[in-house]
Amino acid sequence: MTLDNIQEIAIRHWPDIKPRLDLSHSLCEMECELEDIPDVCKWLSLEMHYVFAGLIVEEGSSDWELRYVFYSDHEPGWIYILTHQPLSDPAFPSISGFLHAADWHEREAEDLFGLYFAGHPRLGDFVLHNERWQEKLRPMLHSFDGKKSVEHRMPDLEWKPNLIVKAPGAFGMTIGPKFSGVTEPVHFLLETVGEDVIRTIPRLFYKYRAIEKIAERLTTESTLLLAERFAATTAFAHSLAFVQSIENICGIKVPERAQVLRVLLAELERLRHHVGAVQEICESTALAVATSQAAIMEEELLRLSGWFTGHRYLFGLAVPGGLNKEFDDSVCHEAVQQAKAILKRFDRLEEMLRVSSSFLDRLEEVGIVNQLEAMKHGLVGPVARASGITRDLRKVQPYSGYEAYTFEVPCEQEGDGYARLRVLFEEARQSVKIMEQATASLPGGPVFSEVRIKPGSALGWVEAPRGAAFHWLRIGEDGRVSRYRLITPSFVNWHGFHVAAENFAFQDFPIILATFDLSVAENDR
Amino acid sequence: MSQWVRKGLATGIKTTCYPGREETAPGVSPGLPLGGDYPEKQASELVKRCTVGALSFQNHKLVVDYRRCVHCYRCIRGVTLPIAWQQGYEWATDTNIIETRKKFVRAFDRSLNIIVVDTGDCGACLNEVRQLNNPYYNMHRLGFFITPTPREADVLLIVGPLTDHMREPLRKVYDAIPMPKWVIAVGACALSGGVFSPSFVCDENISEFLPVDVEVPGQPPPPLAILHALLVVAGLKPPASLITQSVSLKHEEVKKQ
Ligand code: SF4
Repeated sequence: MTLDNIQEIAIRHWPDIKPRLDLSHSLCEMECELEDIPDVCKWLSLEMHYVFAGLIVEEGSSDWELRYVFYSDHEPGWIYILTHQPLSDPAFPSISGFLHAADWHEREAEDLFGLYFAGHPRLGDFVLHNERWQEKLRPMLHSFDGKKSVEHRMPDLEWKPNLIVKAPGAFGMTIGPKFSGVTEPVHFLLETVGEDVIRTIPRLFYKYRAIEKIAERLTTESTLLLAERFAATTAFAHSLAFVQSIENICGIKVPERAQVLRVLLAELERLRHHVGAVQEICESTALAVATSQAAIMEEELLRLSGWFTGHRYLFGLAVPGGLNKEFDDSVCHEAVQQAKAILKRFDRLEEMLRVSSSFLDRLEEVGIVNQLEAMKHGLVGPVARASGITRDLRKVQPYSGYEAYTFEVPCEQEGDGYARLRVLFEEARQSVKIMEQATASLPGGPVFSEVRIKPGSALGWVEAPRGAAFHWLRIGEDGRVSRYRLITPSFVNWHGFHVAAENFAFQDFPIILATFDLSVAENDR
Repeated sequence: MSQWVRKGLATGIKTTCYPGREETAPGVSPGLPLGGDYPEKQASELVKRCTVGALSFQNHKLVVDYRRCVHCYRCIRGVTLPIAWQQGYEWATDTNIIETRKKFVRAFDRSLNIIVVDTGDCGACLNEVRQLNNPYYNMHRLGFFITPTPREADVLLIVGPLTDHMREPLRKVYDAIPMPKWVIAVGACALSGGVFSPSFVCDENISEFLPVDVEVPGQPPPPLAILHALLVVAGLKPPASLITQSVSLKHEEVKKQ
């Protein structure tokens, strides 16, 4: 169904809606009355099958602006549901009752902005941990000075987690935030009756760096540094999403050569990330030789990136208007040849893993997320594709010229650890396929065109290695950032992690965690 | 299972020749900008390009504050006269504390147990630390081991700017490590807060919170630079003199920019 059809139906149902159609950007904005929000969102997600991308809250000069972003899974199309409310009255209806994917978005907005979502079962203590921060700090408000440190409350030493499992012999086991060898900090509460863990509750935001807050009033140049560095294992994808949001605001057409090179770099990063993810899965099952093999390939890809671009994690490349660095055609060809050689060995590794029964035993039927649950939580990336959801922004909402490439989006149905592993392997193959196509048709010309920063707002999106990432940017009249909202794949997938970590044997915990391919830095921001 | 044994043997030795000899493979290090004598006009353009305030012009010399450099490449890309760039990776410098401590302890001769605490890093530094265990770097051969428990550790290796939520956990880990202990701060974020500071959630560098013995600049420092830091602690390599030569800008000055 096209956007104008959808708009028509919406107006028929809710005559108060004020729509604004922008077909050149496949975008439809619908301004709704506050009480219509739940119904409109429900209709859009359940009947029109639009996917919820995220909630963007902005504090205007006199009112709140809430923007519910939806996109289509099958055709180019974005729908923003907008609502306004005076600053003095920050109460909104909750939509997470039927749209579970909005759950954490609402909790975050409550914690950081002080909005209230009527009907949400669990608000408070989310980003800012209650045992450290004073109540009602609301750091995202403009009136809060993000540069000054604030006074903490006395920690509550009596605090104990609230256990839900009440069977005889049940107890809670805490892990983290510092645990195991080289891991990111996150805290888990496992509720267990002996060997079997009934449920897992992750507690995040130990790495909360308030990126969205400190970006306020910065120049776009400085904000680009933040976008690139908040989750640097997928730095290029995030910097690309950010510069695309600037390009959308300023209406810049990126030179063709830069677009192709961006695709090349993004796929190189995806390949490296997936090899690293496979390495972690092998490590979690203690299969030493396979771990080493994958680690060798990861290091080789890091060196390849370092040799090719100067930086092992592809820092300092994407800039608004193109790329910061010119690449020789021959160097690009050489890079792809090397990546192909590494892929060949990666394929061989997969073959060997597929016949290692002790390895498969530990992955199969472990950490299952079925399609319904994956839908409900709106999961993204390889994790979703292992649960039967072929959702890939490169296909459904192409950017940077992805529509010109032939590649497949792998999809598996089982939703277990092994399905997720297979998706990673297949995607790595597809990435190299795209890289080959990119270098085969390298257009000439410049890699950069001048950008004059204009005030305005727009969304930039990419399919990052872990899944869909959205960067919302508003540039104020002074040319500085006035709102920067980051919606990351790990934020979405951490929300669904508990589904995979239910009723399992304790020794499987590291495996479930590794196959879910989560980044704490990307979630915590 | 035998396929894995064969595979392992067939792979051969990948390990770097460092520290015996210099590692020269391409892509092992992102390098660092090089300060020194530049024409004033060029230098002032470079200083302007560096938005994080890692470059300054003092006494007719361009000074690079390696604690602040975040590898944005703006001083070599998109400028008419780029800064000179050094390759290499022996970047770890010691603060003076280590000298005094060395006199008392040579307790852990050549073998170190390391506990790694991530206090908010972006994932890159942590990934580079992880690489130390892979066959290319294989730090076990040098007697370095990662341990999950502070009770066993000799060295506390910190990556990332210190976020507010990680202060207590970091303090607890530090206190639980038996004496004598050494602290290595890895990466520009740990040394200066990087692009994340100053803010209400991470406003200080780690040395204001814990005594830091060895500093490794870079964002992220490549595995070999982190290995160099461990070798410095073990007394097997001399520290570099990168940071001591450079002059650190005051916080206020950076804020103004
Ligand atoms: S690479 Fe380092 S010195 Fe050069 S501009 Fe960037 S932060 Fe400054």
